[in-house]
Amino acid sequence: MNFVQTFRVAVRALFRNKLRSFLTALGIIIGVAAVIAMVAIGQGAKSQVEATYEAMGTNLLIVMPGSSNSGGARGGFGSQPTLTFDDLKAIQTQVPSVRAAAPVLRASAQIQSEDQNWTTSVQGTTPEYLEVRNWGIQAGVPLTQSDVDSASKNAVLGSTVAQQLFGSGQAVGQLVRIKGVPFQVVGVLTSKGQSNFGQDYDDVVLVPDTTYRQRIEPGLGNFLSGTIYVEAISGDATARAQKQIENLLRDRHRIPEGEADDFNIRNLAEMASARQQSTDTMTALLAAVAFVSLVVGGIGIMNIMLVSVTERTREIGVRMALGATPGQILLQFLSESLTLSVVGGILGIALGVLVGHFVAVKFQWPLLIQPEVAVVAVAFSAVVGVVFGLYPAWKASRLDPIEALRFE
Amino acid sequence: MPALIELQDIVKTYEMGDVQVQALRGVSLSVEEGAFVAIMGASGSGKSTLMNIVGCLDRPTKGRYTLAGREVSKLGRNELAAIRNHTLGFVFQSFNLLARTSALENVELPLLYGGVHAKERKVRAREALERVGLGSRLDHHPSQLSGGQQQRVAIARALVNRPRVILADEPTGALDSRTSVEVMAILQSLGAEGITVVLVTHEPDIAAYSARTIVMRDGLVRSDERHPPLKADVAALPAQEAQP
Repeated sequence: MNFVQTFRVAVRALFRNKLRSFLTALGIIIGVAAVIAMVAIGQGAKSQVEATYEAMGTNLLIVMPGSSNSGGARGGFGSQPTLTFDDLKAIQTQVPSVRAAAPVLRASAQIQSEDQNWTTSVQGTTPEYLEVRNWGIQAGVPLTQSDVDSASKNAVLGSTVAQQLFGSGQAVGQLVRIKGVPFQVVGVLTSKGQSNFGQDYDDVVLVPDTTYRQRIEPGLGNFLSGTIYVEAISGDATARAQKQIENLLRDRHRIPEGEADDFNIRNLAEMASARQQSTDTMTALLAAVAFVSLVVGGIGIMNIMLVSVTERTREIGVRMALGATPGQILLQFLSESLTLSVVGGILGIALGVLVGHFVAVKFQWPLLIQPEVAVVAVAFSAVVGVVFGLYPAWKASRLDPIEALRFE
Repeated sequence: MPALIELQDIVKTYEMGDVQVQALRGVSLSVEEGAFVAIMGASGSGKSTLMNIVGCLDRPTKGRYTLAGREVSKLGRNELAAIRNHTLGFVFQSFNLLARTSALENVELPLLYGGVHAKERKVRAREALERVGLGSRLDHHPSQLSGGQQQRVAIARALVNRPRVILADEPTGALDSRTSVEVMAILQSLGAEGITVVLVTHEPDIAAYSARTIVMRDGLVRSDERHPPLKADVAALPAQEAQP
């Protein structure tokens, strides 16, 4: 009796009790569906978190100047310019874990086109900024080093600003006025969408930092009245870069041991990984729930198989009298529980994909079904079927044919 | 040449809790090939136990049992299963067909366990059913067949693996007298093909169709008589009722 025949016999036996077989498989169906949906939801949430931090910039550190303290009222980070452009240069050149660093000088200002105006965040920066923020250009060209060197009156618009001023028309090449100063639009940034906190990344105008200091908001000489955006060479290097920058700045600012920093470094990669950890915890919890429900499903199978063995004692006796070996009887019942659990597993995948799809649509994140998860889920339910089917099948195979034939 | 079935001083003891029950107290018996033997006795006489041992469903506590030249009393479960499959065929009082399974598939079962290929299984099962006169009811389920037809399916199932011995345990116990004679006619016809039939019954008029009657009492053979068999003549029976 080969495997195909054994399975055909098993499937027929299961079909005789359709409702009961279905209810028994339901435990596995729900368990596997939970696994598939859980992984899909976990991956979807993860990819969404990743996407928002990706938009911010990968491996990003933000160095902010320290707080002011006038008459005991402390101003908070950034209230006092303690960073200098020499600090920036030092970060760019002396810290090995830093790939790029850019100053960001920020002011809210009105920008005017010929027939529209819009108040937005005007940022004075350098070409490295786009690299640090992982940001591209959708039209025109980005700012260049020569723009910075010559303090040119070139501006790059965020897509929201371009939309507000020029609608669907061509922005590149147009003349705009920022605080009354004429600027030429040389490029439009690609859209980054919203930050985690609802801030529109695209509501921005970038100008060279040199021009910014001369025309928009006169600076304090060599002091950098803004923040420094730093990109570490890799995700692993962000913590190292943070430490190195901290040491460098403490050294440069001559802060004695034990005194507080006069600057502050924010590690966005760390925030991202904290978010990631909470999703991972969630995933692990759901995985535990799914595991438990699969085990419960397995117990259901075992229960029904035990009932089935008792019910069919006489049939087992007949089969033995006709020459079925104990091994063949064992295999028959084992393949019944295996069929239950594997078919349950396959139905569970379908249900899980359905649930995952529903959730993905609801929360607007990509539906990520990993085929290997489906394979593992079915394999695991097969293992459940074998493990929990083994005892009933063994019981059936050990029956005494005479007793079994006499069973009423 | 040794007899097909050779029992030597078979003892079977059951443990019922603390009490030992001796179902067989030393039975010696030999049955030659092609014989038609009836075993009679009251319930508790040991005839069922003897049948189980001859049928390799049970092993004797003591004694030697040689079946077709092979000592089988010490064999393991798998080897006994193989002997039941190839050498023996069973017919039961309550037919013991698998419910919701067609006649053809019921008859295929022994071939399935004997590892016969699917195509050949079908052919041989069909032949066996035609042999017992049920060639037109291959796809009927047991619930769609009369008692006599069910028993004929069971006989076809017992025959399909071309066994040396057919063991029939009260095969007519659940049948009316007319279908009983039909069943006995089939069993009688097997002897002509060299198939040995061992029949257990408590009805003397059924035993009369055999050629040798062994009477058991208290776990021992009381009498062992050879006699000319009564011919199972279906035509001589009173008016036939319509077959369902």
